[in-house]
Amino acid sequence: MTLLETHGLTAHYGDFQALFGVDIRLDTGETVAIIGANGAGKTTLMRSITGVLRGAADQIRHKGTAIGHLMPDTIMKRGIVMVPEGRKLFPSLTVEENLLIGGQHKGGRDLGDRIDSFLSRFTGAPDPVALAAGHDGTGIWTLDTVYDLFPILKERRHNPGTALSGGQQQMVAIGRALMSNPAVLLCDEISLGLAPVVIRDIYAALPKIKAGGTSVIVVEQDIGQALKVADRVYCMMEGRVTLEGRPDAISRDDIHAAYFGAPA
Amino acid sequence: MIWIDTIVQGVLLGGLYALFAAGLSLVFGIMRLVNLAHGDLIVMGAYLILVVVSVLGLNPFVAALVAAPVMFSIGWVLQKAVLNRTLGDDILPPLLVTFGLSVVIQNSLLEGFSADSQRISMGPLETASVAVGPVTMGLLPLLTFGSAIAVIVGLNQIFYRTAIGRAFRATSDDPVTASLMGIRPDRVFATAMGLALVVATIAALYLGTRSNFDPYVGPARLIYAFEAVIIGGLGSLWGTLAGGIIIGVAQTVGAAINPEWQILAGHVAFLIVLLVRPRGLFPRAVD
Ligand SMILES: Nc1ncnc2c1ncn2[C@@H]1O[C@H](COP(=O)(O)OP(=O)(O)O)[C@@H](O)[C@H]1O
Ligand SMILES: [Mg+2]
Repeated sequence: MTLLETHGLTAHYGDFQALFGVDIRLDTGETVAIIGANGAGKTTLMRSITGVLRGAADQIRHKGTAIGHLMPDTIMKRGIVMVPEGRKLFPSLTVEENLLIGGQHKGGRDLGDRIDSFLSRFTGAPDPVALAAGHDGTGIWTLDTVYDLFPILKERRHNPGTALSGGQQQMVAIGRALMSNPAVLLCDEISLGLAPVVIRDIYAALPKIKAGGTSVIVVEQDIGQALKVADRVYCMMEGRVTLEGRPDAISRDDIHAAYFGAPA
Repeated sequence: MIWIDTIVQGVLLGGLYALFAAGLSLVFGIMRLVNLAHGDLIVMGAYLILVVVSVLGLNPFVAALVAAPVMFSIGWVLQKAVLNRTLGDDILPPLLVTFGLSVVIQNSLLEGFSADSQRISMGPLETASVAVGPVTMGLLPLLTFGSAIAVIVGLNQIFYRTAIGRAFRATSDDPVTASLMGIRPDRVFATAMGLALVVATIAALYLGTRSNFDPYVGPARLIYAFEAVIIGGLGSLWGTLAGGIIIGVAQTVGAAINPEWQILAGHVAFLIVLLVRPRGLFPRAVD
């Protein structure tokens, strides 16, 4: 069943157009990888899905509902959560606080949402409570199970998040996203700048994340890694999808052409 | 012995300045907003308490309790409807808008209450004092100082022990990533401004009971508050208290030497601290 899809998605930074009609799809239970060179538009696609960049409502659908116009917090409360590029831990927060903040606003029933929900009856603005209704944020992930997943974080829970090594910071960023028991997890370049053994440890968490009922999109520049974990792969170049397929059905030459725009 | 007394009075005065400054420090720490109308909002709080006292006949402390939620709501709406729109990379818009707000508040108060100076009466409490050894401390200044400590302890508890405090710090670090965690930064900022105006209500209680006030006294009070925040280190609440005490002590010591030097001594102390520690006494690590 289709969980999330973009349809003719465009995105702009000022006058600069970064996405030109991107169509991707994520089915329930799937892991989809998005590959592409630097500047291809992968992060822009993630930022569009999560509402950091907003556009036409209809260009993004989640469980059949148009969400392209919604604010990031409303999208998060629907269960679409991102591990952002560069990890983006909160420097003023400890490791544990970074994890806790990932789970404290799930569900979408806080006072501000209720006020906006009430006002939406008169203004016609999106109703955040209704939009978050299908996702209550409960599931297998709690502080304890995240610590079970990444035991080193428990040891370092009172350190500032930014005092950790790159790999540990990435674990905090993933754990923080899991704390709300997302239906869709978007991982933007989680292996960037990490040693191979650290990357292996982090990807070892993926099966457990999927077992918790989360569907996953990983953005990767490491093509080998992407092909290994994904059910389907999209390749992007210059703001467009240039290739789509199952890892076993696409050849190295296809990928090379889609990635660099020229045959090998 | 007279010196001990002078210094103690200065420390207690510092408590008042810290109360004026705490809301300013809070708002700057969370959203990098320099609120030039903070002094006028305190004066508005004082008029609100005055109205509650005279209409409902309540004790000023109880009146402040009544005024606090009203002030919270005013702060929340003000931030949500006006000030959030001014926040961005450019620091000029918030300065211009809060300066304009300052003028608007002063003129509204003038329209509503005339330019006559007012005072909230505390009855016998105004003159009560306690003697500790050679030093005699007014009960009201002592209460002011105690309130400043309580406010700072309370705000720090909120900051470091509660979920909303966590949201304050995360949003201050990085509003975009905070929004990915389900936080709506403009609501967090509105809550912070509401909280700042609750603190302003406490400051207003002592502003209105310890001295006369009229619609125009806000900006003059604000100067000391700014100095306290800046020499304390931007965004540090205990630093703000330290800054308030330094200015308070400098003023009473200056006044003891020559009554005309009171104000000047405070400003000179401010400049000296800035020369020695340009980032203030307790600068934040992350900035
Ligand atoms: N904040 C921004 N402002 C302007 N242009 C941007 C911004 N972020 C990205 N871009 C541009 O958009 C294009 C796509 O970038 P991005 O989505 O970050 O690519 P990727 O994640 O695939 O490396 C690039 O040309 C990049 O220079
Ligand atoms: Mg990127």
